This record gives sequence, C-alpha cells and structure tokens, in this order.
Amino acid sequence: MSDSSQVANSRLGIRFFLLYSVFYFGFVFVSAFAAQWSEWMIFPGINLAVAWGFALIGLAVLLSAIYGMSCKSDTSEPPHKGEGQ
Amino acid sequence: MIYEPSMLAIVVFVTFVGLTLGLSFYLGGRAKSSAGYFAAHGQIPWFVNGVAFAGDYLSAASFLGICGMIAFSGYDGFLYSIGYLAGWVVALFVIAEPMKRLGKFTFADALNANFNSRGIQLAAGVSTLAVSVFYLIPQMVGAGVLVQPLLGFDHWVGVVIVGAVVILIVVTAGMVSTTWVQFLKGSLLVLFSALLTVLIFQRGFEEKAGGNDGHEFTMIPLAGRNAIDVELAEAGYELQEIEESWAQKSYLKLKPSHSNEILLVKSLTSEETGEQVLMECQTVVESNTGQTYYNGKLKGGPDGNDKSAQLHPVGHIRRLSDGQKSTGALGPLSFFRQLSDSSLILWRKDSLVNAAGEKVDVYFPKLVRGSQVLRPGEGKFAGIRQQEFLPKLNFLSLMIALFCGTASLPHILIRYYTVKDAAAARKSTIVGITTIGFFYVLTLYIGLGAMTSGAMDVTDDNMSAPLLARSINEWLFAMISAIAFTTVLGTVSGLILASAGAVAHDILKNVVGLALTDHEQVRVAKLASVFVGIIAIVLGIAFENMNVSYLVGWAFSVAASANLPALVMLLFWKKTTRQGIIASVIIGMVSSLAWILLSSDTFSQVYDMPRPEWLGQIVPFSQPGIVTIPLSFVVLFVVSMATQPKHHAAKPDAS
Repeated sequence: MSDSSQVANSRLGIRFFLLYSVFYFGFVFVSAFAAQWSEWMIFPGINLAVAWGFALIGLAVLLSAIYGMSCKSDTSEPPHKGEGQ
Repeated sequence: MIYEPSMLAIVVFVTFVGLTLGLSFYLGGRAKSSAGYFAAHGQIPWFVNGVAFAGDYLSAASFLGICGMIAFSGYDGFLYSIGYLAGWVVALFVIAEPMKRLGKFTFADALNANFNSRGIQLAAGVSTLAVSVFYLIPQMVGAGVLVQPLLGFDHWVGVVIVGAVVILIVVTAGMVSTTWVQFLKGSLLVLFSALLTVLIFQRGFEEKAGGNDGHEFTMIPLAGRNAIDVELAEAGYELQEIEESWAQKSYLKLKPSHSNEILLVKSLTSEETGEQVLMECQTVVESNTGQTYYNGKLKGGPDGNDKSAQLHPVGHIRRLSDGQKSTGALGPLSFFRQLSDSSLILWRKDSLVNAAGEKVDVYFPKLVRGSQVLRPGEGKFAGIRQQEFLPKLNFLSLMIALFCGTASLPHILIRYYTVKDAAAARKSTIVGITTIGFFYVLTLYIGLGAMTSGAMDVTDDNMSAPLLARSINEWLFAMISAIAFTTVLGTVSGLILASAGAVAHDILKNVVGLALTDHEQVRVAKLASVFVGIIAIVLGIAFENMNVSYLVGWAFSVAASANLPALVMLLFWKKTTRQGIIASVIIGMVSSLAWILLSSDTFSQVYDMPRPEWLGQIVPFSQPGIVTIPLSFVVLFVVSMATQPKHHAAKPDAS
C-alpha cells in the first residue's frame, strides 16, 4: 500500500474515531451524571438509554462499513514498516 | 428443579467437543513451522478471520456474563455490551492496519518493530501474559458454570474439562485450528442467539406469582390499620421470634396456620403502589457441620438422594399492563413497551449470620416497575443514581477501560497476523464489528427474556441464558449450552496461543536469546500452552463465584493501561523512545494490577475480608482505567522526552 493511501486511510480513521468518541462519551457522561435524562421516553417503551445504546451499536457498524468502502487499498505492494518513529 | 442432568444435552455436548477436537487433529498438519503455528501462514480468508474475531471476542463474559447481568440488573448489564463494541471502533479506525504492517507474530513484535529492543520484548511479553491470564479466569469460571447443569458435575470438573480440551486443541494445531474453531463457534453463537431471541418474542410475557416449578412466592400486603401481628393473624400467619440483627434489616419469620414450615419474609415498600408488603425470601445456609440447607431443607435430604431440597427458580412478571394475563407474541419494539408498562420481581442478596453463628445467604425479592430495568443505575451501577461522586467516577473508569481495552487485547491483536495484508485486516475487522454488534443487540433481549422466564437460579446469574433456553425447550438448551461451552473453548484457545507466543517467541527467543530452530520454537510454545492451561485451571476453580463479565472488565483495564498508550504513541508520536515504551507498559500493567488487587471489590468478592480503611484513601474506587491509562501515557511522554537521542535535539523536528 502506498504512503499516500496509508495517510488518507489513517486520516479518515481518526475522523471517524473522533466522531464516534463524541457519541460514546456523550452517552457515558449522561449515564453517569444525568442518569434521569436516560429515562426520557422517545417512543412508547423506548427510552433514551435503550435508543442511544442501540444507536451506538448501529453507528459503529455504519461507520465501519463507510470506512471500508472509502479506504484506499493497494494490496499488490509489499508490507511497509514506516509508521511511528 | 433448576438443574437436572439431561441426556440430550450430554449427547450434543460430547458431539460438539468431539467435532472440535476432530477439526484440530485434522488441521494439525498445517502448523509445523512457527509461521503456521502462530499466524496460520497469514493465509486465513478475511471473511473467515472476521467471524473468527467474533468467535474469539464473544467469550463467556459476553454470552453468560452480560446476559446474566441483564437478567438480574436490567440495563446495567447492557452497558458492558455497549462498551465492548465501542472498543472495536478504536481497533478498526486506529490500530488495525498499522498493527498488520508492523508486526509478525505477536503484539510485542509490533511495539518493537522500529527499535529491536530486548526490553520492549520482555515488557510486552510479560504484559501479554498478565492480560491473558486475567482474561482466562472468567472463561474458566464460565466453563465450570456450564458443566454443572449440563452434566451434573461439580464446578471444578467443568474447569478441568475445558482446560484439558483446550490444551489439546492448542498443542495439536495452533492458530489454524484455533481460527476454524472460533469461526464455527462465532457463527453458531450468533445464529442460535438470534433464534433464541425470536422464540422470546414468540412467547411474549405472562403474569405469574413464581417461577417455573409452580411454587407461588408468598406476598402479604399490609394495610397498616392494625398492629402487624393482628394483620398477620387475619391473613393466617403467626409471627415468630427472629434474631435482632435480622429484624434490623426488616426480616420477619412467620408460621402459616396451615403448615409447620417457617417462612422468612422481608418487609418492603412496593415500588408499584407505595404500600408495605411482606415478600417471601429464599435462604442458603452453610452449617457448622459443613452441610448445605436450601430454604431450611438439607441438600439431598437425610439419605442424600432427595432432589426436592432446592431453591425455587426465579424471574417473573408480577403484573402486566391493562389487566392482561399474557401478551402473546411480541415484536422488537412492543417487547420494550410491554415490559416498560409491567411490574416484575428482581432478586437481591443479603449475607447474614444466624443464632448458631452460621453464614446465611438470604435472597429477597424486590418489586420494580418495568421501566426501571430499562434505565441505567438499577443494578450493578446503582451508584450513578447517588449523590456521591466516586461511584460515578468508578462507572466512568470502567467505560473508558472497555473503550480502550479491546484494541489492546493480545489475543485479538494476534489475529491481525493471520490474514495476508492490511486491507484484509481492515475488512475482517469490519466483518467482526458487524457480527459482534448484531450479537450485542441480542444480549438485551436475551437478558430481559431470562429476567422474565421463571427459570433463573437465584444464586448464579451466569447461568441465566442457558436456563432461559431450557425454559423454552430441551433441544435449545442442549444446543445453547454446547455452543456456550465451545465459546469458552474458542476464546481460551486464543488466549493460550497468545500466551504461548509471548513465552516462546518474545521472552525465550528474543529476550533470553535461546537459539531455537523454527521447529523448537513451536515445541516450546506447545509446552508453554500446557503450563498456562494448568494455571488457568487453578484460577478458574479459585474464582468460582464471580460474575464473568465483571472479571473481564478488569482484564480490559489491565490491557488498556499496559498496552494501548504504548501502541498509540508509537503510531502517532514520532518522539516515542524505546525507554518510554518499556516504562509505559510496565507502569500501566503494575499500577492497574495493584489498583485491582487493593480495591474494595476484590477484598469483598475475592479475599472475602474487610478492607483496611486507610486503603480507601489510596484506592477510592474499584475500576483503575481512569487513573492508570492516563498515567501510562504521561510516563511514556516524560520518559521519552528524557531519553531523546542527541541528534533529535540538534536538528529541527521532521514533523
């Protein structure tokens, strides 16, 4: 895989990681410090906690699928050890 | 009876174990070299590897532990599902591709890719061993838990069977067979969990007064108009004497007018009506003579053959909405709506001492609204609904560890070396996330289905999912139990293989410098597998009574503290040095282990003794991640800055 492909994939990955982190830690902070909010009924029987929990699982699957389709692959080139120091 | 050995279950179980071992022997010939033994020659197809990721990751903690925790605590158990899945986001977006490019066989290879340092190999090898052994404990506990109802053996027998079978699998064929075992187990687990969920929907909810053995738990509402003994006499009960310490915890002993059996009840306020209610409890007494009594009856009866002396199965809906007696079939959304509008019984535990000085575990019912079990903070994380700050911090710390831990688990990381390139590593992670995500959605339905199944063992939440299956039909129980057992086999195989790699490849070959041929390296790894397997058996017996998912939470904390900071900084900070990585791994591992071993949870649940008060000042909550992960990052930064090569200072920063 070329260096430019690696950099592009890595940038996309970090963006998705940050996006997901916002949703995840938002959920964790609401659960920890404003647990009563999570009882808010979004639909009959479906409160915020259940909806947000399912949404976090769905979002992980969705983002991973988008990431998979967007990543640049060039599997013909040999393995590279250029990351890090 | 809750537990009754089933011939069908035994046949299915033996068939599964036989097929697993047969597969291992068949694939044994493909693992003669170290590349074959540790990494399956990098030739596993990405889709198979992705499902094997799920098979590797969906351990006893996910299936038995989470479902059990949801069955007893409600939504709090599902928080583990969310955290476990979120960790895969870190693995895919940050770690997967670089990990594949940098490493060869083990996590230590990747950390050491640019340094060629014995210190890194040693630190990472020891950390791999520590995390794997910590992770092995709940798997072995889960194995013992399963074998008890399945084959009628004691817990320790189950642990020894799993240990022996897994050692055989790993010694026989290494990563190739482990991958295929994990692929089959991952596929079967998800398929049968989906089937179980559909059957839960079909069954719907039913109003009951007790569990599936037909026993109706006594529930006496008190109007408060007269003295309690008068009201009880009107209801047909006579108040008996009770120990002072028991009375202080609102327990009463009653003698029904129609029977000579003494009933232990607890006075509670109904969450439903706000009225005072006396609810029947269940007891387990360990007598001074070493005998066990269930609800006052000697286990096994005087001749040892009486199987009626058992606890009653629990978990039922007390009242459905709109005066219904049963709901009929439900859908994924109406399931929550009906549950939310119902009231149901959860069970809690008190540990008391009777007049003879014997330890008595009292299990008492708690009447709650359905909407309460669908919100966080009703069970394991009740602290987040209190005013105190530390329980919230403890919860936060666990969720951070789950988020950061997945991408640092050695047995998951080594799976990146079983595919041919970085693109295959990425694709297999996506397949893994999809499979695992689907399964974790199912855990909420399975856990809540168990909560209302009338089949649960009040003393053991880990058995909730298999017992739920038994309440539907015997075939399903046999299949689910056998799959759960294979689940343990798959995960334990991966863990033992990761440990064997750490011993043979990282420590003995690269650190000690033993001149091992390729063949010898594989032989040493197999010997190491036997050794680690024996350690796992011993620990699995010692930790019998702990929830398996809770134990895994600790393994995640150690992995996230020891491994993730070094891995992330190596990838994204060019000034990371060899010394920084070594210090970070060691400090992260030692600090998180020390924190766990000194925590109040460990004192109460493992050592079974009171914790010295002064320790509360040093370790104020049980989950270490929020302290030890940042500590490991800071140590890496400080040590790396202090050990920069001279030429770095002389020239401008290349970045």
